[in-house]
Order: sequence, then C-alpha cells, then structure tokens
Amino acid sequence: MDMDMASSGMFVPPQTLGTVLCCICGVPMEPNPANMCARCLRSRVDITEGLPRHAAIVHCPECSSWLQPPRSWLRAELESPALLSLCLRRIHKPLSRLVRLVHGEFVWTEPHSKRIHVKLRVQREALHGAILEQSHLVEFTVQDRLCESCSRAQASPDQWVATVQLRQHVPHRRTFFFLEQLILRHGAAARAVRIKETSSGVDFFFGHRSHAMKFVEFVSGVVPVRRRSDKQLVSHDTKSNNYNYKYTFSVEICPICREDLICLPPKVSNSLGNLGPLVICAKVSNSILLVDPETLRTAFLDADEYWRTPFGALLSSRQLVEFIVLDVKEKTPEVTVSGSRYCLARVEVARMSDFGQNDTTFDVKTHLGHLLKEGDVVLGYDLYSANSNDVEMDKYKGFELPYAILIKKSYEEKRQRKHGKQRKWRLKRMQMEVDDGARGRGSEEKRNNEYEEFLRELEENPTGMLDQMTIYKNKDHRPSETASMLSGDDDLPLDELISKLELSDDEEGEEDEDMAQ
Amino acid sequence: MATRIQFENSCEVGVFSKLTNAYCLVAIGGSESFYSAFEAELADVIPVVKTSIGGTRIIGRLCAGNKNGLLLPHTTTDQELQHLRNSLPDQVVVQRIDERLSALGNCIACNDHVALTHTDLDKETEELIADVLGVEVFRQTIAGNILVGSYCTFSNRGGLVHPHTSIEDLDELSTLLQVPLVAGTVNRGSEVIAAGMTVNDWTAFCGADTTATELSVIESVFKLREAQPSAIVDEMRKSLIDTYV
Repeated sequence: MDMDMASSGMFVPPQTLGTVLCCICGVPMEPNPANMCARCLRSRVDITEGLPRHAAIVHCPECSSWLQPPRSWLRAELESPALLSLCLRRIHKPLSRLVRLVHGEFVWTEPHSKRIHVKLRVQREALHGAILEQSHLVEFTVQDRLCESCSRAQASPDQWVATVQLRQHVPHRRTFFFLEQLILRHGAAARAVRIKETSSGVDFFFGHRSHAMKFVEFVSGVVPVRRRSDKQLVSHDTKSNNYNYKYTFSVEICPICREDLICLPPKVSNSLGNLGPLVICAKVSNSILLVDPETLRTAFLDADEYWRTPFGALLSSRQLVEFIVLDVKEKTPEVTVSGSRYCLARVEVARMSDFGQNDTTFDVKTHLGHLLKEGDVVLGYDLYSANSNDVEMDKYKGFELPYAILIKKSYEEKRQRKHGKQRKWRLKRMQMEVDDGARGRGSEEKRNNEYEEFLRELEENPTGMLDQMTIYKNKDHRPSETASMLSGDDDLPLDELISKLELSDDEEGEEDEDMAQ
Repeated sequence: MATRIQFENSCEVGVFSKLTNAYCLVAIGGSESFYSAFEAELADVIPVVKTSIGGTRIIGRLCAGNKNGLLLPHTTTDQELQHLRNSLPDQVVVQRIDERLSALGNCIACNDHVALTHTDLDKETEELIADVLGVEVFRQTIAGNILVGSYCTFSNRGGLVHPHTSIEDLDELSTLLQVPLVAGTVNRGSEVIAAGMTVNDWTAFCGADTTATELSVIESVFKLREAQPSAIVDEMRKSLIDTYV
C-alpha cells in the first residue's frame, strides 16, 4: 500500500517507529503485537509445549537402514539429510499441528550412545498474534532391530528366491569375461546374494524375483539370449492365499562368438538375401553382425531371428592357424560397416607351418586388405586341411570351400617383444564362487590362460569392446625407459582413458583393499 | 493516583465508566464494588452517576464529554437523558446528537480544550462537538486507526496513545493537543488504551491487569503523583457555590 502510494508520486511522510516500555519489565523496546519484550514473552509462554522431547527410531545394525513406519526400510548414514527427514517425519504430527518448523540440524552424539539429537527451530503464535521463535531439542533413542531381509539372511545366509542360470555352450569363457566387465560397469549384479561359477556358465542368486528379472533384462540387452523361466512352489498358506515360490531363469547365450566361421543354413542364408553361406561373425552385441569375407556383404541377426533357426560355428577361434602373407593384390577401396573398416583384396598366403618346408601357397580373397602387406603374419582358418563334417555344409550342392579364410592380423611378434612386461592397466574382477563340478585338474591354469588371452585381445582391439568397459590404472606398473620407444599401435590409447581413471579413483581404492584381503 | 479496578471480571474499565473533571459516569447494574471504588476516590469532589445509555452498560464507549458538556448518541432514551440532566451539575450541557456513528466514545477523544475525532463524522456533529464541549476539533487517526477514541486517551496534563504510533505522529498530536504524549499500553500489553483506562486531571482508573510498569508510565505522563483535586476543582467549586448561594 505504501509502495503503491510512493510509486504514484504521492507524498508519504517518513515514519519512525518509536519505543515503548515492555509491559512486564519496563525495558524500552520496539512495539510488537504482545507489547512485551521477547525475554518476558518467552518466560511467560513456552511455544514448545506439546512438542515431543523424546522419540524412538528403529535401526537395522546389519545394513544400517532405518525403519520408515509401517514397513519400509530406508538406508541412510548418521547425520545425513535423509536421516534428518526421517526423524522429522517421526514427529511430524505434533510438529505440523502446533508449530512452524524453520530449521533443523543434528547435534553430534557418540554413535554408541544410541541417541540422536535433533535441534529444531520452531515458530508459533504466542500472544495477540506475536510470533515467537524458539529452539527445541528432540532426543531420538535408537532401537536396534534387524530388518526383514537381514533377519532372513541371518536365519540362513544363502537364502535366495530367484536364480539366473547364465549359460553358453562353447569350450571357452571369453564371453563371460566380457560380460563380467559389462555387469561390473553397470552394477547389474549389485543385488545378487551370491554368484557362482559353473562348468559352462555362471549362476546368479537374488533375494527377489524382480532383481533377477532386472538382471535378465540387462543381459538380454547386451548379448543375444534365449530364456525361459520356471517356478517351484516352496510353501503356501491357503487361508491367507500366500504362495512362496523359488524362481529360476534359464538364460542361454547364443554359441556364436566373435571371429567364428559359420556356414549359414540355407534358410537363414536365403532370408538374408543369399548371404554367404560362409560368413564370419564380426561382432556380437544384442544382435550378431555377419560379414561375408569374399563379398563384404554384411547382415545383422537379432536374437529372435537367431533362435528361430539356431546354428553353430563351423570353426571357432581356437582353430585359428598362422599364415604368412606373400603378396597382396587387387585391393578395392575401403568400406566401413558398422564402425569397422574393410577392404576386399586377393592375397597370396602360405601356412606358417609350411613356410620353409614346401611351396604350398594359397591365393585367397580376404576382407583385411587394408591391414595386410607382404611379410605380415595373419591368423585364419585353414579350410584346406580342415576336415569339416558340418551338416549345413552338405545341404549346399556343389559348394566349393575356399582354401583359407583370414580373420585377423597377428601381433604375436610384438607381443614377444613385450613379453614379461606388466600392463599399465587392469580390470576389475567380480567375486565369484567356483562350483565344485567346474573345478578340475589344471582348470585354474586354463582359466588364467584364457583370461590372459582375453586381455591380449582387448589390447589388440581397442575400439569396439573397450568403450563398454571401465579400465583402471595399474598401480604396480613401473614405466620403463624403453616403454615409450616400444609402444606401438597395438597399445591401448591410455591418454584417452585418463578421465575414466580419475573418476574411478575411489573404486580403485576399494578394489585395492579387496585385493589385499 | 491511579487505581486498579475490575468490572465484573473484565479489565476494560474504560468501557463501563466515563470520567471527566466535572463528573463521573458509571455503568448501572454492575457489582457495587466497581461503583464504590469510584465513589471512594471521587465522591467528595465530583458527582458519580450510575446510568445506562440506550439500555446498555458500555457507556464509556457510547458517550463523549468533558467538564463543559456531555454528548450522547441517538440511541439514548428520554429517561436516561432526563436522569443525566438531573444528576449532572447545571453548567454541564447534556446533548443528544443524531450521528450515524453512535459509539461516540470510540470516535471522539477530548480533554477540556481539544478534541480528536473520527474522520468520517458529520459536519453538524463536528459543530456540535465544538459548541457543546467548547473545544477545537481535529479529524485525526492514531497509528493508522480511525477510532481515535479507542486508541488514545488524554487529559489536560498529558496523554497516552497506541504503542505503534510513530515519533512523527506523536510530535504532530502533541502539537495539536498542547500536552505531552507518550506511546504505551494498559492491561498487560493491551493497545486499546481508552478501553483499558479512564482518566481526568488528578486521577486515573485502570484495568486490574495493568502492570506496575504501565501504571508508572500512566502516573508519570498524566502527572498524577503531584495532582490534587483541590487545586483544579477550587475554581469550579467557586462557581458552584455561586450558583447555590
């Protein structure tokens, strides 16, 4: 009102607020609605009357969560904002009815005192509309009680409700090493009660069906899978219509891996426009990328399409043999298919085992024209000496196999030079129990070899897979003088990953502790 | 001296009584102790009259007056008017006025020389106030309140106003009234000054809730400690005796 008058150009006489004497103690003060100084007002009126001074709050000592009545449990640290809001909610009713809350904070107490002190500042109308502000201390007694999930876990620690059986029927564990990194990065198995390694896969156990479902959804988003779910009745109560089930999700990952040579069944080949039939699997995500090495034609096959007519690999990466490149001819321009470059060429190769023994050479078509030059060592499938008994192959009448199919360039030579040196980086591992059935003689060594192979593969193929993982700096690594000289194109571009390293400093610390244990 | 009294458990004594230098009106039908408190203090100086106005007991809020006259609202009955004319001294002019705002006590605050009035009073009423009460009339507000009769009270020696009155307003009012003013409270922090107390030049009656601090403020601003009824009434008594003789 005054503002309106002032802005309209009206003269507003200045108003100086005088002082009056407090009606009780006679001290001069600014007039207020009660015409009483704050001290007298406070001594006469207690605005915190009716507010609780004590309350109880239930805490689970196992998982440090707090009971939010009636049934939910909230995880919160001591002195955290979440805990403060929980405490305030406990005394919300009298608080909201009687006073206006202005401020709330914790007063530090010893954790073992089992007391939480919360200091509030509250406002309330005192006399004739005079609003008084006062601080009020509420003491919460912490009562320890196990929450439902913890008490269940205490009763029998490995009790699970749902299990996900992840399987891939191949002789190696490459896929699982890769999947492990993805799961760690996305924290997909954080809710797992137990993780167990079995002969051809991993079992994940969960406390809730929904956690298992979420995990299955995650896996089916990153690899082509087939799944089915079952449930078994454990107990039931017909009177209250309660049924307890144990759920099992069987998830099978398709057995086709990167670098596998596949002879497509005629049906699939037809549906993909007469692709192949001899194709290489170039990449596996939630769909499979197939590349025909002789024509550079590609096709994506998603999980549904694959499982409609499943097929196996003709030859897989274990059967790769070394060839030496003698000559590269008829290079065509490079093409890019889903992020990777290919170049069709004719190359003359000889098997490494034949080299210097006889004059057997093969003239083959390859998609690696841009990588190869004379004298390179290349890995490929030796179809000339392979004795294939593939059922699908027999369905193609008059189909002639090429002598060899080249898959990737070999960096064995460089690897030899670097032999014995430590890596600058490392990966996180998942804590897994090993099933007794899976443990055999020499299996530990085999596993380590496979893991080493997996790491090597990562080093040589820095683009595709590595982007999906979190990489940690190896603290034990001591950079040597020769390292900079030797670091070649096969090295991981560590500089690019530095941001990831810094972000994951904490986790690294954690992991170090884990490893120390 | 200021006296603390109560009217039937109510501390708003200014509502149920009207005190001037020439007479005192007290509500009828109350407990006898209220009346006798006035009687004990005033009986040998000025008449204390029991009356009602318009059949109600809130006489302090309905009428306005000083030693020269008494203004009554249009709700006053003929009997009441006659009773007051009979009871009050002859030089006090008793006048019933036809004013829309009938709670004259709330709308008019006056001593024997000056009156502050509600801003919306009729022109005729203003003239009547000047004639009957023999005062200069100013239309005023007290700390933004138009009910000047409720929020301030003053005698010929001093005055008490609403506690929120600004210093500028206090200066202006005391210039108009030519008496010292102070902002204060009665009845333990009540802002409705005139309802909580009634005062003339030598005595004051406050509600029983009034604290010692408030009482000392009242006594000092109205100069009640050194005040004696004799000095003030002497001249008046002379004229009274004149008429009686």
